[in-house]
Amino acid sequence: MSSNLETADNPKKLERVVINPLTRVEGHGKVTLLQDENLHIKQARLHIVEFRGFEKFIQGRPYWELPVLVQRLCGICPVSHHLAAAKATDMLVGTTQLTPTAEKIRRLMHYGQTLQSHALHFFHLCSPDLLFGFDDDVRHRNIVGVIEDNPDIAKQGVLLRKYGQEVIRLTAGKRIHGTGAIPGGVNKALNREEIDYLQKDIGQIVQWGQDAVELIKRIFFEQLDYHMAFAAIDTNMMSMIGANGEFDIYHGGLRAKDADGGTIFDHVDYTCYSDYIREGVKNWSYMKFPFIEALGAENGWYRVGPLARVNNCDYFSTPLAEQQRKRFMDAGGGRPVQASLAYHWARQIELLYCTEAIRELLLDPDISGTELLNRGELQHCGVGVLEAPRGTLFHHYEIDDDGIVNKANLIVSTTNNNQAMNESIRQVAGMYLDGRQLTEPLLNQIEVAIRAYDPCLSCATHAMGKMPLEIILVNEKEEVIDRLEKRVTGEIQRTFS
Amino acid sequence: MTDKVRVATATLCGCFGCHMSLLDIDERILELVQLVEFDRSPITDIKTVGDCDIGLIEGGVANAENVEVLRDFRKHCKVLVAIGACAVNGGIPAMRNAFELRECLDESYINGIGVANPAIPNDPEIPLLLNKVHPIHEVVNIDHFLPGCPPSADAIWTFLTGLIEGRPVSFPYKQIHYD
Repeated sequence: MSSNLETADNPKKLERVVINPLTRVEGHGKVTLLQDENLHIKQARLHIVEFRGFEKFIQGRPYWELPVLVQRLCGICPVSHHLAAAKATDMLVGTTQLTPTAEKIRRLMHYGQTLQSHALHFFHLCSPDLLFGFDDDVRHRNIVGVIEDNPDIAKQGVLLRKYGQEVIRLTAGKRIHGTGAIPGGVNKALNREEIDYLQKDIGQIVQWGQDAVELIKRIFFEQLDYHMAFAAIDTNMMSMIGANGEFDIYHGGLRAKDADGGTIFDHVDYTCYSDYIREGVKNWSYMKFPFIEALGAENGWYRVGPLARVNNCDYFSTPLAEQQRKRFMDAGGGRPVQASLAYHWARQIELLYCTEAIRELLLDPDISGTELLNRGELQHCGVGVLEAPRGTLFHHYEIDDDGIVNKANLIVSTTNNNQAMNESIRQVAGMYLDGRQLTEPLLNQIEVAIRAYDPCLSCATHAMGKMPLEIILVNEKEEVIDRLEKRVTGEIQRTFS
Repeated sequence: MTDKVRVATATLCGCFGCHMSLLDIDERILELVQLVEFDRSPITDIKTVGDCDIGLIEGGVANAENVEVLRDFRKHCKVLVAIGACAVNGGIPAMRNAFELRECLDESYINGIGVANPAIPNDPEIPLLLNKVHPIHEVVNIDHFLPGCPPSADAIWTFLTGLIEGRPVSFPYKQIHYD
């Protein structure tokens, strides 16, 4: 299933073109393309250039720090990490069933974050490509351009995101890196005043959710054939699913389907994820390459996130989103929708679902309940999985008798899409860039393909152009702390005092 | 157009949360774009930093490219600001300083749960990691420090509007009150 553009036979004879840094994505990465003398593209790679080592440095920390510590992986969807870690620590403290109040407050927080994250991605980051065209002027192709040319759309996006952030603030304590979820439950419920504040605008928010789906549908259908073909790849898809096959982003089993919609596995207990998923390492990226073990590395890679979730689920429990899901599935003609740009469409359907689900929860008396916590005997192993805005997120921790972490494994959502993003840019490179002199608008098409996945590459930006031959890190007293040298051969040497 | 203040932003080794907190000014962004023009930033497609009035840096310094980007910002920005815990003192990523870099890499790529083909990535295309994660003032001179994880949108707004209007910045207590 993988294309042949991953590795060129003779890279040294090829011209290197680099897109660095990737922009209007959340986090950082770069793309390298290798062209031969006839401008044919021989290699295309998305490199993730960041490494932070969370799995190591949280060792030695007490388990109760995990929900607030590990969320610092990501400032865009900290709630995902906050809640996945909280779910894992629920297991550690022997909680098998949260109180209704705790579960509903966490769900509210999660729907709020999925709403804000999807709004941010679509309106602030991607709408310039979709509204102005992939080849729009580089100085205009951003949210400021949208504010100037389509102020109503921009304002709607800003306010949708604001509402999601406010839901997070009230359930988690603050908008970014909150503290609401704790092992075994939550530390606060909502009071009447807070509920009234959120209820005041929810009617408008649901309406804007509907408008957002209609907007992306209108754009998608304007050039249907092109949007269906651009960066399209046939893949397996994996997502979490509710007990009855319903769309659920907070809790459930794992479901994987093949490119034709056939079941690979279903309702898998996520605490056994390591029996199903393995991760490969490639030397040119810090991000690993997960695959379904039963299918092997070559054929077992898959996609996660909105496209996988909407394709995989049997139904949405809310009426407006369900209606939109049916229309979406029609576009696949009996197969899962494989168009990469359909991620945008699926994402807006999810945004609409979140607005409806928040509206329902705000009417539920449990969200102002007083039973917040429920704990049992300390256990040594905890696994927490949920659907983050960008896809299935795995947190796995092991602790000793004193509650100190001694092993951890994290598979973040975007990692699941690593191979798929690489395959999508190779499709675009082969179909639209091959044989052409690479210009900025053409290179933006590569980024458009990556943006569809809403990757959260997190952390560490990088320089443009050539890598320097020598880097010396000095402190204020001009003393050399670290020195790196890169030779023409690519060999790197380090000396430090 | 040209009398707008030019602002560039970058994330080094951080989580993007400070940029998100900047966007948390919500509809005030409509006012902000009347005052400033964005140069290189994750929210524009400008890839190289030009001459700017203000540079905002999120994140600490963890690899060779972080050093290069930071120096480039220092060269092009009249005022350079460290935003958030990671830029100010290394933050959570600097927790790896308690370990050898090799141990951290081994944990992820060699001994990790479910790793199919243990190997440490080493291609020249990926930046070389530094042994330790550093706050940005250890690499270049910094004009202002705005702490917080992340600083709240209101704190960023108070700071930016003060800086742009050229008056001393003073924060209400709530804006410098943390978790």
